[in-house]
Amino acid sequence: MAEKELKTVFERPHALLPVVTNYCPGCTHGIINRLVAECLDELDVEGDAVGVAPVGCSVMAYDFFGCDMIEAAHGRAPAVATAVKRVHPDGVVFAYQGDGDLASIGMAETIHAATRGENITVIFINNAIYGMTGGQMAPTSLPNQVTQTSPYGRDTDAAGFPIRVCELLSSLDGVAYLERVTADCPKNVRKAKKAIKKAFQTQIDGAGYSLVEVVATCPTNWGMTPQDSFTWMRENMLPYYPLGVYKDVRAEGFANASEAAAARAADCPIANPAAQAEGGAR
Amino acid sequence: MAEKVLMKGNEALAEAAMRAGCRFFFGYPITPQTELAAYMSKRMPKVGGTFLQAESEIAAINMVYGAAAAGARVMTSSSSPGISLKGEGISYMAGADLPGVIINVQRGGPGLGGIQPSQADYWQATRALGHGDFRVVVYAPSTVQEMADYAFTAFDVADKYRTPVMILADGMLGQMMEPVVMPEPHGGSVEKPWATTGHKHQRAHNVVNSLYLTADELERLNVERYERYAAIERDEQRAETFLTEDADIVVVAFGASARVARSAVVEARAKGVKAGLVRPITLWPFPTDAIEAVVPTAKAFLDVEMNMGQMVDDVRLVVAGRRPVEFFGRTGGVIPTPVEVLARIEDLNARMTKGGE
Amino acid sequence: MARISVDDRFCKGCGLCVDACPEHIMELDNDKITAKGYHPAYCTDLGTCTGCASCATMCPDVAITVER
Repeated sequence: MAEKELKTVFERPHALLPVVTNYCPGCTHGIINRLVAECLDELDVEGDAVGVAPVGCSVMAYDFFGCDMIEAAHGRAPAVATAVKRVHPDGVVFAYQGDGDLASIGMAETIHAATRGENITVIFINNAIYGMTGGQMAPTSLPNQVTQTSPYGRDTDAAGFPIRVCELLSSLDGVAYLERVTADCPKNVRKAKKAIKKAFQTQIDGAGYSLVEVVATCPTNWGMTPQDSFTWMRENMLPYYPLGVYKDVRAEGFANASEAAAARAADCPIANPAAQAEGGAR
Repeated sequence: MAEKVLMKGNEALAEAAMRAGCRFFFGYPITPQTELAAYMSKRMPKVGGTFLQAESEIAAINMVYGAAAAGARVMTSSSSPGISLKGEGISYMAGADLPGVIINVQRGGPGLGGIQPSQADYWQATRALGHGDFRVVVYAPSTVQEMADYAFTAFDVADKYRTPVMILADGMLGQMMEPVVMPEPHGGSVEKPWATTGHKHQRAHNVVNSLYLTADELERLNVERYERYAAIERDEQRAETFLTEDADIVVVAFGASARVARSAVVEARAKGVKAGLVRPITLWPFPTDAIEAVVPTAKAFLDVEMNMGQMVDDVRLVVAGRRPVEFFGRTGGVIPTPVEVLARIEDLNARMTKGGE
Repeated sequence: MARISVDDRFCKGCGLCVDACPEHIMELDNDKITAKGYHPAYCTDLGTCTGCASCATMCPDVAITVER
């Protein structure tokens, strides 16, 4: 019988525990959680991994991932992950954070973990809203976007402008790999997974800080169906947050972020004594 | 016998912490704890440890949280305004039952305050280091030797009870130099089966967390933690008593102010006043047993602090109205003199003697 | 020959699989309500299923298993 020859080609990854998540129907968090777990499986690092969950909708991620998990205070996941990686340099350490957590209350921790070149991987979910607390304006909420705390639309005169995280971090020397992806269709989900896997590989190879930003949706707080949310996201978010690779030092031919930083600072004697020595005394 | 070396309090504390097996230090610059972080930055790389200057006090304490979760002996140090910032992480550590050591080399407050020695963070240390129901063990050294000794003890107590531990010093103890005998380096390490080290597919995943959305569960965990606190109150109280056996006037003072109070007690004795000193070494658990022991024989208590009167609340809670408890303090970075304290002892003694006749 | 199965314990009836299926053979079962109160997804015509896993790729709740 043909039935007996059927092989399972898609199932729950081992690193994702069989529990029902707290995510709303159609929430992209679920897809990204799964992609992270698939990468842990495929790289065979679940047993070495320590994940750091944020405060926000993915706060309970410590119950979803099968690897060791730490729940951090709001915005502090990069600091927590930094220390875990310093204690276990051979471990695989990741922070999973939303936009309020990463780009508002935790911006200092984000920028400094990145500029230190911490060998950690950050998965950043940008859905332009605070979901868990009921839909307040986020640091990535778009101009004129209506939220609970921008009921007349985000007025950039009063509330300022959204932050483009990948663009911001791309100037920092500690960063090895930055890519912005989305997960609105099978093709983009596969691209997102490729990026997440590459980010983890960057860490495993010791090349420096890696972050993947996933432009995502919040059907519940946007007040739309999951399908309409994707449409709104494609029409409004993707022009503001263009997809693509924002930094990849290895694609540029450097072994790691430090090498790229040294090349960039080649003319600075104190930053780059080796290059100066080669160039002779000045 | 180890030899005596002359060291600053901050440096002695740092060296002792490393001898206790601390290999991870996360901090942010602030006066007057500067020498402590500087010593760590110099020594940690030499012993394969990590010194990391964090972007803020908040980041530093959350790094302590992470390193503690990962199973390491870890420490941070700061001074008063910085400790306020660390409140968040200390609360999370308590909620997640993480051991770690926090040093507060106190300066005057509130606000930016000053940079001179102070004891104005007693309430903060013993009552409200952060939000929620929790306690932190607090040691109050009063010599450079004790800065070293209690840094050492702090790590063991933190691991034993899975709790953050604070050493409440001040700018005077931190920056003064005294001879000190360093504790011998620590032997074995503590098993931490709960730590997030990567499960290697050998066990179920470990989770370090302080979030419990079910009220009953959170209550149960808090009650369990308070049972541990009860054990700490029973077993970990520490105090020094000095000339209290026959003392009419018992001075209560901790840390730097206890040094001043001791001199005043000695001078009072020389003048024929039966004075004694109870010096709390643990501020939480407060050494109620040591205070209680002198209540029957004391006529009155004089609490001396470098603040506007904070520990005096705890003394009054123990004495419970059975004896007068008076307070003398200087604040804002002013250190009381033995002469000032002696005057208060003599005045109190005179009133007690008159009242008794 | 391919087969998908939806685990109703996990399905939240969001319908992302319905949109993703290139064969248009995924639907929400309006006659059924899961324990969590959702109309779960199901395959209307297993004979047509190619096992491409597009439905599972988009499923936020990892409710779909694909065999091929």
